[in-house]
Amino acid sequence: METIIDIRHLNKSFGSHEVLKDVNFSVNKGEVVTVIGSSGSGKSTLLRCINLLEYPTGGEINYRGENILSKSNLNDYRKHLGMVFQQFNLFNNWDVLHNCTVGQTKILKKSKEEAKEVAMNYLKVVGMERYINARPAQLSGGQKQRVAIARALSMQPDAILFDEPTSALDPEMVGEVLKVMKELAESGLTMIIVTHEMEFAREISDRIVFMDKGVIVEDGSPEQVFNNPQHERTKTFLKRALK
Amino acid sequence: MSLEWFINIITNNWPMLLHGAWMTLVISTIGTIIGALIGLIIGVINTIPKMNVGGFRKNALKIINGLLRVYVEFFRGTPMIVQAMVIFYGTPLFMQWLEKAIGTNFGFSGDMPALFAAILIVSLNTGAYMAEIVRGGIIGIDKGQFEAARAIGMGHWTTMTTVVLPQVLRNILPATGNQFIMNIKDTSVLNVITVTELYFQTKTIAGANFRYFESFFIACIIYLVMTITATQILRFFERRLEGNATYQMIDEAGITRPKNNE
Repeated sequence: METIIDIRHLNKSFGSHEVLKDVNFSVNKGEVVTVIGSSGSGKSTLLRCINLLEYPTGGEINYRGENILSKSNLNDYRKHLGMVFQQFNLFNNWDVLHNCTVGQTKILKKSKEEAKEVAMNYLKVVGMERYINARPAQLSGGQKQRVAIARALSMQPDAILFDEPTSALDPEMVGEVLKVMKELAESGLTMIIVTHEMEFAREISDRIVFMDKGVIVEDGSPEQVFNNPQHERTKTFLKRALK
Repeated sequence: MSLEWFINIITNNWPMLLHGAWMTLVISTIGTIIGALIGLIIGVINTIPKMNVGGFRKNALKIINGLLRVYVEFFRGTPMIVQAMVIFYGTPLFMQWLEKAIGTNFGFSGDMPALFAAILIVSLNTGAYMAEIVRGGIIGIDKGQFEAARAIGMGHWTTMTTVVLPQVLRNILPATGNQFIMNIKDTSVLNVITVTELYFQTKTIAGANFRYFESFFIACIIYLVMTITATQILRFFERRLEGNATYQMIDEAGITRPKNNE
């Protein structure tokens, strides 16, 4: 199986505070990997390091066999990875359609027509094709997040990173976003997800990674991690998380 | 003081007053636009991320930012009337010195037409203030906007031009309008370098008819008309940038239909 991202000995500190300690982690094509752990365990930082929104202080990030930390042009790499944020971060100055086309025309140098076709296709996938004229401020949280997913998909990336995509949503809107994500997972998209939705993680993931205090404690299939955790820390966390 | 004098002054001097008002508008409008551009460019340079740029670029960036700092501090920290004198009378001296020192003045003697000097001074002055306004505007944009742009693969320049600056422009429009109004009024100090703007013209008229109050009262009204008009025009742009309050939904057939405007 083709490995898309392979992380070796990754370290990240903010000043003297070590957030990631010697993290080793890899993702294969078509795999859905969910990172779980309590707040402050470093799981969001790990995700942000993968597309270099945070620059690691040590280690390697290999993308298709090449260490991208040795490269100077990071934007070339970033366009291959999509990112969905907790706070949606749609471009406030553009309408829904333009949010999904601006990256394609500016970065992938596609024509406007082509970009629109791709965008419409993915807006249909997330069920937001009727709202192309709306501006972000006019949408609900769930709608914004679905547009954000369409925006990431429109770049046709190798993988999409989801950074707690439902944590800022009202409870009744969590479902619509998770439903879209489940469909994407079933369609074979490579996904790396950070979430607190345990049931959802168990249902859609190929692999679960449990992090605690900046280290990966457990990495295995959902059955393995949820039903038969090897480490005491995992057991304690799951007991609290699953209630 | 009588109404007759007002009418007299206007009927005898209206071409001079009109010319003065026109010059005031030209200098303040062009000066504000160029100044805003200077401010935008400085704002963009100031916010280039320092993360993982190489040693040479990092140092170049430091030097440029240092020079820009000096420029902003100088023009914000000295009165425009003094800058006008220093630049207007100092440039020819500087060019003379330059010719002696390096043998060429690049074909520029340093003498400039008063109008050119006026626009230059107002632009540089406005640029210094606008640089701070733009910087504030960029800092005020949500960090997530930058991150989303970066995550898509945009560099600093593309992020700025497609995502950040359009939002900044909207936010700084009121402050820019303020600057424009101030420029309309403050161009009056440029009479010291013999620019024939409204104050200079009024002074000339009053010097001939000795009716200082009446002449300057007329100038006062003209200034007020210009500033109020400018305010209204800016309000219009602000409203336009707000965008529509509602949006259109697209139905299955792909036809847009109006959304209920509850």
